[in-house]
Amino acid sequence: MRALADSLLELIRRTSAEIPDDVRRAILRSLEDEKKGTIAASALKIIERNIQLAKQKSQPICQDTGSILFYVDAPVGFDQIAFSEVARSAVTLATKKGFLRQNSVDSLTGKNDGTNVGPGAPAFHFHQRRSPDIQVRLVLKGGGCENVGAQYSLPCESLQANRDLDGCRRAILDAVLQAQGKGCGPGILGVCIGGDRATGYELSKTQFLRMLDDRNPHPDLDRLEQDVLKTANELGIGPMGFGGKTTLLGVKICAANRLPASFFVSVSYMCWAYRRQGCDLDAEGAISQWLY
Amino acid sequence: MIHLTPPFTEEKIRALKVGDEVEISGVLYTGRDAVHKYLYEGGALPQEVNLRDGILYHCGPVVMRDEQGGWKVTAAGPTTSIREEPYQWRIIRDFGLRGVIGKGGMEGKTLKACQEHGCVYFHAVGGAAQVLAECVRKVRNVHLLEKFGAPEAIWEFETERFPVVVTMDSHGVSMHDTIYQSSQKALASRL
Repeated sequence: MRALADSLLELIRRTSAEIPDDVRRAILRSLEDEKKGTIAASALKIIERNIQLAKQKSQPICQDTGSILFYVDAPVGFDQIAFSEVARSAVTLATKKGFLRQNSVDSLTGKNDGTNVGPGAPAFHFHQRRSPDIQVRLVLKGGGCENVGAQYSLPCESLQANRDLDGCRRAILDAVLQAQGKGCGPGILGVCIGGDRATGYELSKTQFLRMLDDRNPHPDLDRLEQDVLKTANELGIGPMGFGGKTTLLGVKICAANRLPASFFVSVSYMCWAYRRQGCDLDAEGAISQWLY
Repeated sequence: MIHLTPPFTEEKIRALKVGDEVEISGVLYTGRDAVHKYLYEGGALPQEVNLRDGILYHCGPVVMRDEQGGWKVTAAGPTTSIREEPYQWRIIRDFGLRGVIGKGGMEGKTLKACQEHGCVYFHAVGGAAQVLAECVRKVRNVHLLEKFGAPEAIWEFETERFPVVVTMDSHGVSMHDTIYQSSQKALASRL
């Protein structure tokens, strides 16, 4: 894996500076939908120009370069410890080069040592599989959108949300209402119905690995995704909460088994600066193909 | 589009209304969590910093050294403002701020201070780090860098046509309240 360090550095640079095409297309579509001359249209124009500038200058799309989340699919026998060590060094180097902000703080002392490496940072999610290929995906998720994520425990009387799909819909739409523009909308929701508190949130974030224009293979979840997207965009919250037609760019929902006693709906919010990228690696660790 | 230039007088600020799109040219001071808590608790402002009739920007920029030993801003979008809600009113009152720039909006205490002391809340486009960094023509200085670290320090930016929207004005009106209420009503009819 001699090429791994360079590949991960490039993956971080590209994720931080370049919005994936599916997201960019969705933003351009929403710019067409907004009425000309509105504040919403101005905001989306600034967003569009920002996307171009960041790519052109190879600089962070957003200065909050976020929580660094690696998702690695690898064959049996893959050395996870060695990978993590190389990835940590790549993160520190990417920070020195300005692809990432000095963004990781010791929660007890408040110190920021400028490396972006520490307990829990960056985060690694390894998945073993039978295929010999190695795929690395990276999500950079800023704090503004992370702060508006929400977890609901059903039934929830104040929302009249019962333990059924309508209750889930009520909970998810409440999260949209509470978030307003604070998560840097137009946003993308990743949702998990079920699980425990920790796995619920974790699985909700894996939904951000899906393509924005894909469809959920499960018909009930697909219906719920389309319904929440349409309804959220009728609320008039708009880009940045300035009012307008585009409150969300996408909704992605999965389900996990739960205990009889628990029914969680975990909602993660991703800002418009939806930084996710991924690549296939060859046996040397060189990038053989980009995934988004 | 309104072009706001120094001096940022009370008269110019009082003339602004919610929904106005504004471009600001002039000096902006950054300040986020550490600075707010520090000033609120009675910490001294560095002598060279004068916030009177000034504008404070909730921002933790990415700043690099350039070849000449100066500073270059490479990313400078707004950070979430609501975290400063406990502190902002006193900083507006005691330091004479005329404007606060951030994202996500603020609440009652800040809105009241804006009304009482002649200040507005400007909303910048969150995440637009590159467009906004381009509007920073020069980094004039940095203060409290050692104490708070780069994202939390007070940076002095000279800006040109920095784009914002007035979302809380000095007349007690908040776009955030209005849109929350209308969206809540719209949602209720769709449940």
